[in-house]
Amino acid sequence: MATSQSDILPQLITLAAKRFEHDAAALKGGDDFFATLGIDSLQALDLLTDLEDHFDLEIPDWELQGVTTFDALAAVIGRRL
Amino acid sequence: MSADTHTVTGQHLSWTVADTIVEVTLHRAPANEIGLETLAELEQLVAFINDGAGGARALIWTSSVKAGFCAGADLRALYHEWVAHEASGRSEAEAIGRVRSFLDRIHAVMNALDMAPLTTIAATHGVVFGGGFELALTADVIVADKSTRFAFPELRLGLIPGWGGIPRLSRDVGNAVVRDILLTGRSVGARRAHAVGLVSQLVGRGQALDCARQVAAQATRFDPRTSRVAKRFTKHLPLARLEEEKDIFCELVASPVVREALARFVNDDGPMPYLPAASAKA
Repeated sequence: MATSQSDILPQLITLAAKRFEHDAAALKGGDDFFATLGIDSLQALDLLTDLEDHFDLEIPDWELQGVTTFDALAAVIGRRL
Repeated sequence: MSADTHTVTGQHLSWTVADTIVEVTLHRAPANEIGLETLAELEQLVAFINDGAGGARALIWTSSVKAGFCAGADLRALYHEWVAHEASGRSEAEAIGRVRSFLDRIHAVMNALDMAPLTTIAATHGVVFGGGFELALTADVIVADKSTRFAFPELRLGLIPGWGGIPRLSRDVGNAVVRDILLTGRSVGARRAHAVGLVSQLVGRGQALDCARQVAAQATRFDPRTSRVAKRFTKHLPLARLEEEKDIFCELVASPVVREALARFVNDDGPMPYLPAASAKA
């Protein structure tokens, strides 16, 4: 199923909330996901794997460097779809 | 099931023999980083295998650490040893000699594991980075759960993988894949690794060990001598390339680039030490 740019953020937030057991409704696009979810770089790689599986794409992990918000992460995904 | 069970418990890894399968568990938090102590325990495991492995005919590698299979060399220990060596006023040549000595030991272990006369299976999850990837590459079969990520991040440190990773990866997959992984330092997910033939079986999260046990059970159904001959026939040690790798590693390790990159890694208290450095930081 095709994913539009506007669909990415809610799907991303749902995946992150599920992976790290947070309330999706409490997460916003501008949140720093490292701080909000309390995760480190290894856990971020775990999220990256979820994203690759869910959106059926590959994201070189250097594209995550400097990316800290859900909005920015959604933009990275959007460039690969 | 046979009651004939043999267990050896180490600080960083342990193994159990049940029936004809030895199961080796890595259990050093946070991510099974390999330093001198782990190396010593790996040498004990090799001695056990050389002594007949308690009659086992298959060996499974697994990790009980949540972060993954193994994040590779203990870079913090390496850095602190390097700093202590510099402070002692001893020569750079002596420091490189110590690195060479470590490489000789770990290569002997990896080569022995690679050519062990039993079928070996790595059950992976999470990070399989650097030396952890090199360890997994000694296995005859890799079973990966979907959380697995393989990477050779060594170029980020100004190094190449030094424990036989490139010669073994080149042996097992195409060179374009090797260059992609090595030259970009990126991590490759299990799906991709399966697609290029590095991973034999791709399973759901948390399922790799169960699957590896099934693979091991199947592998032990055949005539033992035939299995050993078949392994020798299909798997060779790229010895010349392994020696060349040690030379290159020792040539690179003395560079200030390595020292600075290690310091950056060790002192990075941010959330991203395992991700490539951004251009602004590099």
